Amino acid sequence: MESVTKRYPDGTVAVDRLSLEIPDRSITVLVGPSGCGKTTTLRMINRMVEPSEGTILLDGEDIQRQPVTTLRRSMGYVIQNAGLFQHRTIVDNIATVPRMLGWGKQKARARAAELMERVGLDAALAKRYPYQLSGGQQQRVGVARALAADPPVLLMDEPFSAVDPVVRKGLQDELLRIQDELGKTIVFVTHDIDEAIKLGTMVAVMRTGGHLAQYAPPAELLSSPADTFVEDFLGGDRGIRRLSFFPSGRLELTTGPVIPLDATAEQIAAPTPLPPGDRRGRQTARLERAARPDGRGHQAGPAPVPRATVRPGTDSLRVALDCAVLSPTGWAVAVDTDGRVTGVVSQQTIGEAIRSAHAAGRDDERDDEKVAG
Amino acid sequence: MSDYLHDFFDIPSDLQHSWIGLVGLHLREALLPVAAGLLLALPIAQLCVRFRWLYPPVLSVTTVLYAIPSLAFFVVLIDYTGQTELTVMIPLAVYSLVVLVPAIVDGVRSVSEETLAAATAMGFGPLRRYFQVQLPIAVPAIIAGLRVATVSSISLVSVGMLIGNQGALGNLLHDAQIYNRPELTWNSVITTALLAILVDALLVLVRVLLTPWMPNGTARRKPAPALEDAAR
Ligand SMILES: Nc1ncnc2c1ncn2[C@@H]1O[C@H](COP(=O)(O)OP(=O)(O)O)[C@@H](O)[C@H]1O
Ligand SMILES: [Mg+2]
Repeated sequence: MESVTKRYPDGTVAVDRLSLEIPDRSITVLVGPSGCGKTTTLRMINRMVEPSEGTILLDGEDIQRQPVTTLRRSMGYVIQNAGLFQHRTIVDNIATVPRMLGWGKQKARARAAELMERVGLDAALAKRYPYQLSGGQQQRVGVARALAADPPVLLMDEPFSAVDPVVRKGLQDELLRIQDELGKTIVFVTHDIDEAIKLGTMVAVMRTGGHLAQYAPPAELLSSPADTFVEDFLGGDRGIRRLSFFPSGRLELTTGPVIPLDATAEQIAAPTPLPPGDRRGRQTARLERAARPDGRGHQAGPAPVPRATVRPGTDSLRVALDCAVLSPTGWAVAVDTDGRVTGVVSQQTIGEAIRSAHAAGRDDERDDEKVAG
Repeated sequence: MSDYLHDFFDIPSDLQHSWIGLVGLHLREALLPVAAGLLLALPIAQLCVRFRWLYPPVLSVTTVLYAIPSLAFFVVLIDYTGQTELTVMIPLAVYSLVVLVPAIVDGVRSVSEETLAAATAMGFGPLRRYFQVQLPIAVPAIIAGLRVATVSSISLVSVGMLIGNQGALGNLLHDAQIYNRPELTWNSVITTALLAILVDALLVLVRVLLTPWMPNGTARRKPAPALEDAAR
């Protein structure tokens, strides 16, 4: 987008000289307070709103060049509350664009069925009508419908803001997974900064009046907000949240006693340290994973004191710190991908890892400055 | 008793119709105007949806037309269309507009902003959007309007007796007086009411068949609760 401005007929300037380079095959998030021009920006991309000034290029070509319906059918569009066609079945909703593109009925329906599976919808729902689905399911149908004709671009306008937090998290994870598989160019609008940081490869923070406040990867946003507006918008816990971007792979593990959560009094009295790889240790870890507060595991049976484990390499320093803080002893239990205990790590070690990660970050920035200077 | 029944269905010969014939005539005179009214109301309503400022004046005009007594209409029309069915049906068609135009406008407007935005974003042109999205979703509102329009039309046909026996079942009222046969009055009233109830029930049936997607229409047939996300 090159210096794009939108002035509505009533004089409102919704977007003011916005320039953005949206990278291919990644998620770019537009985030900002309500009324800052996010929807307007998004709708200029598929020409539901025509810019007053400036040009929008798609793969180097002005989007004004092609017929508007062709452009729109090459871009999936997902909105809040899904905007499903209430008078059509789920499968027909999803097949809408393929049908318009002239696909045969059978082919379009087969494609719809394939997409239902991809977005995690039960095939039994195909013949239902939208009112028979929950909000989260409707939103999945919305995503499936947008993907139906396999468009290279996906525009999403606060798609998950009308569903409850648990369902929203599920939808976000699903989107990341689908993106891993399909590699679409996604422009995602939200007013929720946490959602922006979780989903975005690049995040554009907008402020009221349609100005771009900062355009950066999420980690950079957290470490160096451009101004106080961005800083306020990011909210508290900036330091802690930034730990999500530091890997825990380099944490040094030590072996120590790990006691099953359901240990009896005798077992605790005579703590036999479980060597790494021990079968019982595995059970322990399993149990602990079952009680992971982030909900990634299933609550299996009566879970005692909630305690979590960290998977170095997969999880971030934030997870490691969280585990250590939650642990009664202040030690985080590390496990491998199979859930076998591989060792323990202290809060102190995690603290050192955070310090060195920060130092590495600062070195990178200094290097950048040198290059720039 | 059978004598009474015989008298009940013994239609005076000046009406030139059997009882069944009168019923058919009545239905034709009542339903054709509503059909014509619907054809007229669809484009008018669409204009009102597109140009919002048009709606209030259109509503005023249809209301004023509705306020004109049918007799006044007949007096004007008789010079052009004579003592024919057409003279009865034209006012009825005009009257139906007062119900149908708002019904269609409300129905089309009831389509949510999100649904419209989604349709536009998927590359629906205005025409396709109207016929494939707005109109189907407006069906329940349109049929609700049609029910009121047809029932009132069925009862209004009777005034056609004022212009040379063009009132179908209504003509029985006139004959009841001149031949002093009160059972003909009963016949007219009861048959007209039954027709109205029957046609209304048919419209409800049509609505149910056309809108399997309505929460109330299908809740009975498909009691299965929506699978919850948590079940996945
Ligand atoms: N069709 C319109 N006509 C006039 N003003 C509009 C229109 N659409 C949006 N606006 C105004 O433009 C500004 C940005 O709106 P929008 O892009 O919807 O913001 P956001 O999606 O960030 O909440 C708001 O002040 C809004 O009132
Ligand atoms: Mg918006």
